[in-house]
Amino acid sequence: MSYINKPKVAHPSLPINDLGLTRRQYEGSMSTLCAGCGHDSVTAAVVEACWGLSMQPEQLVKLSGIGCSSKTTAYFVSGSHGFNAVHGRMPSIASGANAANRGLTYIGVSGDGDSLSIGIGQLVHVIRRNVNMLYLIENNGVYGLTKGQFSASADIGTKAKRGEVNSSPPIDPVLLALNLGATFVARSFSGDKAQLVPLIQAGLRHNGFALIDVLSPCVTFNDHEGSTKSYTFTREHYHAAVEADFVPRAAEIAVDYPAGEAIPVSLHDGSRVVLRKLDPAYDPTDRAAAYHYIETKLAQNEYVTGLIHIDETAATEFHSVNRTPAAPLNSIPYEKLSPGRAALDKLMARYR
Amino acid sequence: MPSLIPGAGKVNDFVVKFANVNGTGSASANSLIMKAIFRMGVPVTGKNYFPSNIQGLPTWYEIRVTRDAYAARATQVDIMVAMNAETYAKDVRELASGGYLIYDSTWPRSSLLQRGDITVIPVPLAKLVNENFDGVRNRILLKNIAYAGVLAALIDVDLEIISTLLGESYAKKPKLLESNTRALRLGYDYVKTHLTSPLPLRVEHMDKTRGHIMIDGNTAAGLGCVYAGATVGAWYPITPSTSLMDAFKGFCERYRVDPDTGERNFAILQAEDELAAVGMVLGASWNGARAFTPTSGPGISLMNEFVGLAYYAEVPCVIFDVQRVGPSTGMPTRTQQSDIMLCAYASHGDTRHVLLFPANPEECFYMAVQAFDIAERLQTPVFVLSDLDIGMNDWMCPDLDWDDAYRPDRGKMLSSEELSKLEKFYRYVDRDDDAIPYRTLPGTNPKGAYFTRGSGHNQYGAYTEDSIEYQLVLDRLKRKFAGAPKYLPKPVTTAGGNEVGIVSVGSCDGAIREALDVLERQKIPVDYLRVRAFPFNNDVEAFLKAHSTIFVVEQNRDAQLKSLLTLETAVEKAKLHSILSYSGLPMSAQPIVDGIRAKLEEAPRLSAVPRK
Repeated sequence: MSYINKPKVAHPSLPINDLGLTRRQYEGSMSTLCAGCGHDSVTAAVVEACWGLSMQPEQLVKLSGIGCSSKTTAYFVSGSHGFNAVHGRMPSIASGANAANRGLTYIGVSGDGDSLSIGIGQLVHVIRRNVNMLYLIENNGVYGLTKGQFSASADIGTKAKRGEVNSSPPIDPVLLALNLGATFVARSFSGDKAQLVPLIQAGLRHNGFALIDVLSPCVTFNDHEGSTKSYTFTREHYHAAVEADFVPRAAEIAVDYPAGEAIPVSLHDGSRVVLRKLDPAYDPTDRAAAYHYIETKLAQNEYVTGLIHIDETAATEFHSVNRTPAAPLNSIPYEKLSPGRAALDKLMARYR
Repeated sequence: MPSLIPGAGKVNDFVVKFANVNGTGSASANSLIMKAIFRMGVPVTGKNYFPSNIQGLPTWYEIRVTRDAYAARATQVDIMVAMNAETYAKDVRELASGGYLIYDSTWPRSSLLQRGDITVIPVPLAKLVNENFDGVRNRILLKNIAYAGVLAALIDVDLEIISTLLGESYAKKPKLLESNTRALRLGYDYVKTHLTSPLPLRVEHMDKTRGHIMIDGNTAAGLGCVYAGATVGAWYPITPSTSLMDAFKGFCERYRVDPDTGERNFAILQAEDELAAVGMVLGASWNGARAFTPTSGPGISLMNEFVGLAYYAEVPCVIFDVQRVGPSTGMPTRTQQSDIMLCAYASHGDTRHVLLFPANPEECFYMAVQAFDIAERLQTPVFVLSDLDIGMNDWMCPDLDWDDAYRPDRGKMLSSEELSKLEKFYRYVDRDDDAIPYRTLPGTNPKGAYFTRGSGHNQYGAYTEDSIEYQLVLDRLKRKFAGAPKYLPKPVTTAGGNEVGIVSVGSCDGAIREALDVLERQKIPVDYLRVRAFPFNNDVEAFLKAHSTIFVVEQNRDAQLKSLLTLETAVEKAKLHSILSYSGLPMSAQPIVDGIRAKLEEAPRLSAVPRK
């Protein structure tokens, strides 16, 4: 980590996005995480993704729970509201916030402890509810702030820094999300910005719940020999199956893709994501096949990464089901919400 | 109650209790009788004693015909409609001397009738119904209407009014109207043919229910949420609060759905548990919607963590606690006021919360609206502490009134324009010196962006571990709480300058008002203050100071209101005497009268002599 705040002065040659903003204007306060922490790379990818999407900072809402990962919402887009909830309970805050205003973009950042142990109930149900948000799990297999205990994503046989071996089976958030019918499921690695940034962009634009499990090594407590969540191990067992290219609305698909390998998927706001299949046998639109593929590869000790599953056709997003009007509920004038005195007088007859 | 009209002691002043089996459809027959009496202009109250069960267990319904319009449970039963063989022996025992027992004589139970001081009225109900109707379920349902007919004939309920009520219920179901009317007449005509009627206990037309309704507190509170402009409701089903959300949903479907597009100006989230339910309320309120959750004691226990966050991060939040019997799962379908301390100091660390105490469904409606205004004005959780008796029983209340000029008080919320004019926005700075900071909503203006957190923060909203910065915020929160009473409903006081006073909350009110009348007639005048909110208003302090002997009446074992009074006012503990009821049954007047008399007789010095 750095102890010196970078001055907020933009060099005139810094590239600007459609809003005329530089990347610097999508940064947040200084990170207090350990130097080399995977989470800081994820933060950088979020900054890049939001800048690239030309997102109005105040139109973004950042939500998190408790833990190292949950601190990171303070480190990007300082022009947007943040809500650091209690441990494992960010999904309920996100559900309520989203119910109140469907017009904003919601990004939740959580960790494996926050999401898979104390908060697994809320994670499961926010997926079922299909709340329109991007949910990032910065997954490192350990509890950092309490100094290195195993989390629920630790693999069997992985070694703690002090030599203890984990014997409980891991919970894989990707398999969990697929099982629950999530319509956007991805996995990536904090060290692969080229893969991660378009995934974040596509996830932010997906109409519904988008989960990205980001393998994000803990340099202090889980980056040693014998750990299955170290930088080295992750790089060696990394299996990119489907890369995603994000194509903004109104832009041309510029790259020529070899026939049969690319699947363009339109997102609800008119942007597109082009899926490049690195493994021709893989079909990311088939949920059951995706589940089987991930499980098979996991058994071979390989983390499948990329946009594992996407379904833009499902009509299960919370507000579609609720039939909420396009205008956010928090903006509806009171006159439209109160039935008024005449209706009350009439209603009284029912109770006589 | 002695009658004012000579020779009419039993007219419009008695109690009918129905002993039924849960799940047999008896509720509609019982409320049919109650509503008919109400429409005759005679005040009534209805108390439902039901099991935590769907089908098969005993359940009772009690109608108090009360020409003096008392709202409390009466302790004696004058007529028992004994329809449950399982509880028959107990029901016979419960009947007051001189009372009447109606039972289904299709299966005679003479061996169980050991009392010579009651009148037994046998009616072969099952036989009558079986001879006239087909189908097992149909016969079970219509037997209830038949006993309603029997009762109507015996106590002289206006048959025409009952017919009108049936007509309203089955306006769109002529077949059901026909069978119900026929069943009603079966019972009614049986009495007219075979028995002497009416009984000396009977109903006579009055004009004391005009401008009144019969409504339960959960319905009224749900309606209040609609009128308050709440758009997000989050909940986890729990007895006895479920019907509050059911009511909100029903009213929203009636008033908040666009007839052309079908679009709904509300969202109801059924959460995975109460932790999530209150989290959703926080998220929605933080994001500018009026949001609430209805729950009961076990739900409050689970919500504690988030309540602390809402207190510290200053997020408005409305929680209805329809109290039931604790501890733990307790008796889910019985009433108590045992969450007072739990709610007042919910969550770890130094936290204190605003509580509102409705005493009846009417106040549930108005306090629901006030709760949102207060929560947004003070940016803090507000608990509305109702209970099962208020929430699920039908009470006679004045018609609910509404002023169309009402607009929600959204508190100190900065608009985008206001933000633009500010040099810099800080979330927790006390700009107006009233301990209430300004808040902003996401999506309005990048200048308004701030970070909401439950971790230590300074007045600028930034993370801190600095003692002075931390204390500055915590001390302001204390000042904010101390300044809360000016936004809260004031206590209701009946004071005649007496030495002796009663202090109480919520649904004890009906029983206390009745007890005061009894004591008055016994020449024991007593003053009364009903607390309607916490933190306490100065009037509470003044009342405590002005009375030498104070009875604190409440429905829990541990004298929670009394504890709160001793902790949060300057009152001398020795002046306070508890009268407690925690049986799970709604409060009645008798234990209050007895408790006060016993104490005053034990210490004659304290006799209730007016001061001047």
